[in-house]
Amino acid sequence: MAPGEKLPIAKAINSSLRKALENDPKVLVMGEDVGKLGGVFRVTDGLQKDFGEDRVIDTPLAESGIVGTAIGLALRGYRPVVEIQFDGFVFPAYDQIVTQLAKMHARALGKIKLPVVIRIPYAGGIGAVEHHSESPEALFAHVAGLKIVTPANSSDAYWMLQQAIECDDPVIFFEPKSRYWGKGEEVAQGIPAPLHRARVIREGTDLTIASYGPTVRTALQAADASAEEGRSVEVLDLRSISPIDFDTIQASVECTGRLVVVHEAPVFFGSGAEIAARITERCFYHLEAPVLRVGGFHAPYPPARVEEEYLPGLDRVLDGIDRAMAY
Amino acid sequence: MTVDSTARATTRRSGVKRTTKKTASNAETATAASPEESTGAGAAAKSTKSAGRTGTTGKKTAAGKAPAKKAAKRTPAGATATKTTAKKSPAKKAAPGKTAAAVAGDAERPEMVQLLTPEGQRVEHPDYAIDLDADELRGLYRDMVLTRRFDAEATALQRQGELGLWPSLLGQEAAQIGSGRALRPDDYVFPTYREHGVAWCRGVDPTQLLGMFRGVNNGGWDPNGNNFHLYTIVIGSQALHATGYAMGIAKDGADSAVIAYFGDGATSQGDVAESFTFAAVYNAPVVFFCQNNQWAISEPTERQTRVPLYQRAQGYGFPGVRVDGNDVLAVLAVTRAAVERARTGEGPMLVEAFTYRMGAHTTSDDPTRYRSDDEREAWEAKDPILRLRTYLEREQLVDDAFLASIDEESDTMAKRVRESIRTMPDPPAMSMFDNIYADGHALVDEERAQYAAYAASFADTDEEGR
Repeated sequence: MAPGEKLPIAKAINSSLRKALENDPKVLVMGEDVGKLGGVFRVTDGLQKDFGEDRVIDTPLAESGIVGTAIGLALRGYRPVVEIQFDGFVFPAYDQIVTQLAKMHARALGKIKLPVVIRIPYAGGIGAVEHHSESPEALFAHVAGLKIVTPANSSDAYWMLQQAIECDDPVIFFEPKSRYWGKGEEVAQGIPAPLHRARVIREGTDLTIASYGPTVRTALQAADASAEEGRSVEVLDLRSISPIDFDTIQASVECTGRLVVVHEAPVFFGSGAEIAARITERCFYHLEAPVLRVGGFHAPYPPARVEEEYLPGLDRVLDGIDRAMAY
Repeated sequence: MTVDSTARATTRRSGVKRTTKKTASNAETATAASPEESTGAGAAAKSTKSAGRTGTTGKKTAAGKAPAKKAAKRTPAGATATKTTAKKSPAKKAAPGKTAAAVAGDAERPEMVQLLTPEGQRVEHPDYAIDLDADELRGLYRDMVLTRRFDAEATALQRQGELGLWPSLLGQEAAQIGSGRALRPDDYVFPTYREHGVAWCRGVDPTQLLGMFRGVNNGGWDPNGNNFHLYTIVIGSQALHATGYAMGIAKDGADSAVIAYFGDGATSQGDVAESFTFAAVYNAPVVFFCQNNQWAISEPTERQTRVPLYQRAQGYGFPGVRVDGNDVLAVLAVTRAAVERARTGEGPMLVEAFTYRMGAHTTSDDPTRYRSDDEREAWEAKDPILRLRTYLEREQLVDDAFLASIDEESDTMAKRVRESIRTMPDPPAMSMFDNIYADGHALVDEERAQYAAYAASFADTDEEGR
């Protein structure tokens, strides 16, 4: 990565993996098709060529096997960075992640560490077939022992992955696949923000939108559209789903009095539900309206031709803002 | 300030036509993600490639190359799988082996490796030899007796309410001691929750095993202290951890080996199947040690498989062998060969120790509901400790003084176990917030503080009440 170079998210992740492989001989990249092919999204492009088959490992097509062997490698002192090919394919590994990876450190009373990163391209908007567009973050956030983060821009993609790999806990790294090959952005230099800190990416006074991953861009568009209508909307990029930086959300909502949470995942038992509950507790006397959620429905992710209606697009977010402002 | 929302029903402020919203980059990702990438066809092509590639790691694959000299001698009989073993199936002709088959049961059952008959007769096997001195033989006897005594003590402690649950290993002592004593300190063990005998071989203090069954922790010992991983309760999960650990050993260029324990029921788990695949493809130095104790709680082996379990290995391209799991000498010999094979870069092997769970699945189980006394009695005649004792006595390798000293040592150990369990402290409630994360987590910190405040509010009341 040359200084000042503009990288799309996919390339920023590639650079970050390359850096980690260079820095620490214990870092491994493993997953289906990550080697010669460079992954189905080309995120790991060229890594096997430069670091060899022993460190950039094409695995058998078995997700539980990938995560289970990554646990064993971590116990041996390695730091595996695992790629799950698509969000909907993580479930064969769900048992290993939930019953083993998340709990082993506690089971050993802290005597062993599990520095495993699981990268999952997630969320929709790419016109794909079933199981290729889901947002399962809440299914993991419910599990103690896991950390869950999701970048929304190239700089965060680069730095948050560095931090996730350095972390001694298992981290699930959700990558907004619809943004992989968007416009290139410069990766910021200097000391990155703490991994689990939310960021105010646009300031406002009338209402706060909390978003993350693929919906951050939509939230910014909604703030722009609202500005034209005379509303000042603050936008947060949460960046981390476990833990969630409630302090930053609270500080924002204490100023604006209104909160709309936006994510692609179904709102039912989603991260927005948790945020609504906690912010209601923390900011009860500051709230001018109930915390509202805009997100997916309690329905299977729909066929591609209608996914635009399922996803929390600009109009649905604006509708959420209207409803919050109507109180 | 509110905008008329009825207007919005017909006009969208986004101003973007939905049909055109797919950008070029979206299209690109969609192409990259075409279903072919993840379908069976693609998968098949890939696995073929990977299989071919294992040769390039510089290590011998089990199937592809001639075995090392030493290993060739020891290569399993019974043994199905690979070219290594295909040309020689000498086990069939050996008379001692025949005895073994007869012991194992009906004629359809394949032969299994046996070096000590249930009657305590020492027999030879063409592929697996063992030559132990008197001290080593007495050591195996001592290991098994002490393990059985510890197990009986733990069962008694459960009955007395000191433990919530206990999974007894009664009957499986030879399978566990024989395999456990085949290992070096730098080897690594991934147990189920019943490997008390293996833990003993690794030097894990028996009292450490009781914590999770008393309910004071979920394991708790340091796995790296004795290279003995924590007990794993989810069936079969640890086979993958063992395989990954073995892959790491291979990457390090070390000559340690890993042994993964599991039972007959676990062979139905996907994780065990996947661990066979990974171990074979990466030629990982792991021994899969299946204790076929005939029962997965109430389900007999017939509910798990239509072929003898050791034959499963064949489909994965590594050898499998069935050993008399109640014959500590045979288990030791076969496991040593399997471990040696792993050390010398020849990859995984499956050992099926044919044994019997003499007790209940756990103290919560009632085996009278699903199996007969006749069956148990038949297996009692094959008791692993009795047959070694018979042999030792006949060969005059033990005397009464030795046997008495082992009994005395058993009593002392049992007393120590009893005392330690009765003084084992409950953990403080606050400890539930400890060690969830290595690097901390804001939510855990918040809830810990909230709970501490809540708990403290009771402390005041208690004091006032006094």
